[in-house]
Amino acid sequence: MTQEMIDHINSNPKYQRLVRERSAFAWKLSIVMLVVYFAFILTIAFDPSLLGTEMGSGVTTVGIPVGIAIIFIAFILTGLYVRRANGEFDALSRDVKAELERELAKEAK
Amino acid sequence: MKQLLVLLFALPAALMASGAIEGAVEKQPLNISAIVMFLVFVGATLGITYWAAKRTKTAKDFYTAGGGITGFQNGMAIAGDYMSAASFLGISGLVYLKGYDGLIYSIGFLVGWPLILFLVAERLRNLGKYTFADVASFRLKQTPIRTLAAFGSIATVTLYLIAQMVGSGKLIQILFGLPYEVAVILVGILMILYVTFGGMLATTWVQIIKAGLLLSGATFMAIAVMAHFGFSFEALFAKAVEVHPTHDAIMSPGGLVSDPVSAISLGIALMFGTAGLPHILMRFFTVSDAKEARKSVFFATGFIGYFYILTFIIGFGAIVMVATNPHYLDAAGALIGGNNMAAIHLSHAVGGNFFLGFISAVAFATILAVVSGLTLAGASAISHDLYANVFRRGQVDEMQEMRISKMATVAMGIVAIFLGIAFEKQNIAFMVGLAFAIAASANFPVLFLSMYWKKLTTRGAVIGGSLGLATAVLLVILGPIVWVDILGNAEAVFPYKYPALFSVAVAFIGIWFFSVTDSSADGEAEREAFEAQNIRSQTGIGAEGAVSH
Repeated sequence: MTQEMIDHINSNPKYQRLVRERSAFAWKLSIVMLVVYFAFILTIAFDPSLLGTEMGSGVTTVGIPVGIAIIFIAFILTGLYVRRANGEFDALSRDVKAELERELAKEAK
Repeated sequence: MKQLLVLLFALPAALMASGAIEGAVEKQPLNISAIVMFLVFVGATLGITYWAAKRTKTAKDFYTAGGGITGFQNGMAIAGDYMSAASFLGISGLVYLKGYDGLIYSIGFLVGWPLILFLVAERLRNLGKYTFADVASFRLKQTPIRTLAAFGSIATVTLYLIAQMVGSGKLIQILFGLPYEVAVILVGILMILYVTFGGMLATTWVQIIKAGLLLSGATFMAIAVMAHFGFSFEALFAKAVEVHPTHDAIMSPGGLVSDPVSAISLGIALMFGTAGLPHILMRFFTVSDAKEARKSVFFATGFIGYFYILTFIIGFGAIVMVATNPHYLDAAGALIGGNNMAAIHLSHAVGGNFFLGFISAVAFATILAVVSGLTLAGASAISHDLYANVFRRGQVDEMQEMRISKMATVAMGIVAIFLGIAFEKQNIAFMVGLAFAIAASANFPVLFLSMYWKKLTTRGAVIGGSLGLATAVLLVILGPIVWVDILGNAEAVFPYKYPALFSVAVAFIGIWFFSVTDSSADGEAEREAFEAQNIRSQTGIGAEGAVSH
């Protein structure tokens, strides 16, 4: 990659937007996952009986739906990321590449 | 029997993509239906290997199946790598024994995946070619970084392989009634055949087929259990609480994760360790682009999460339908073959001899698929990182590199067979935990910072990564599992079972310190090269593309 290409891409507003928004989105989702997981595991470390509380009159405890919910949350978060990254972000990325090629072609003339 | 459980208590990480069955096991009578189904599987996979061999012509084919695997296929294969025999039998066995605690581990193994997707997958795909060392050494010095990465890869893979080979020998002894050595040699030879001739393409398809079989079998078992209880979880749990020796304790956390330091350390080991496993990272180079790489994690997370829910149901089903049936118990009232056999016995309880044979064959297939992936990752580190890029400084023709990787595969297979036999009677419970600790403390920090941190230099990566590696090894040796359980000392020097919190911190701090204090001209050039690397990692411009077949 030449310095010229680097400068072109770095100054492209779409590239800046792509990097900014995708990073923000990725970190946001990562933090959600980390908070959910560590809240769960630290609850177990500090107060395991909380998850052992029975729901209603049955034997099923709060921990069961909470645990299953975390599995679903993990799956849903990946789905959210893939949808936006493969749609919106990839479109931006394609634009950046196309614009780069146009600019380089123009300069080559 | 008690030894069979050492692993479950001592080393949850072992449950993951690998693990082992500990202690002496009794050889069982030959199980004909299992052997017939297993032979069908072997025949089919050798057929695939033959097909794949004809399509494996270049190094790219060999290492990455030509980059032509789809996101869905790769997701299945990743899930296959994760759903090892130890994971299937170990987690369902843990649920059988402890109830809710099994779910806690499953969740720990799963939550690393979203993070791999958000932070690692697409950058890895955009920057790498065959191994994660390609990415780590992208703008750093090839020789030291690749040597470190290859060393981390080979250590991780070898520890895993030993655990896997020993576990497979014992499992096959129980399931098929074959002698231990025969089982280990058989696994070794088949895996050498798959990998040497079929490369990544055969390895991937073996993994996909096995994942499909395992998911189908587990689904059938879970449905059979639920049907027994009118599809009511409350009815299943109520009956389990009634018959389980600890009664309602199985419905709440049972103290396997007791203090906050262990909890956080375990979490870090599982997340960062997963993101530092060479055979998992290598899977991201088998797809054509970042888009497919992302899709593969989405599918993998779905399959793995679904699988863990199934194992939870299977474990509870076994409490009710296996533990209450004297047919599956020995004279002392314990499960024949140990608690890890809960799922196997349940397959007989819900589907008779035929289904027992099916599940046994699937368990064997699972071992074969996982060891093949491990061997390929290890062989790639030897041929691509050490031979082609360190020893020959990148001046090597492709056919020669591929020959070396095939030789490395055969060598790794033979070494795995010997180690598998040598370690038959050893306590290997620490091995997968150590593999995880090394992956989390040496492979992951270097890989992650190389992609995210501009100021990383070769000096920082090499010193920090080595410090992380050394700390992980040292703390595992001084910890309760090796120092007390294996070496027989009264008290552990290092009190925690999971060193990751400390060793990962050492690695990150070491890399940071020795990078920012690196004022060499080379270090400056490496910082400047980040810009170009970052653009490629963000957009895929210049990335390794797919090759059509």
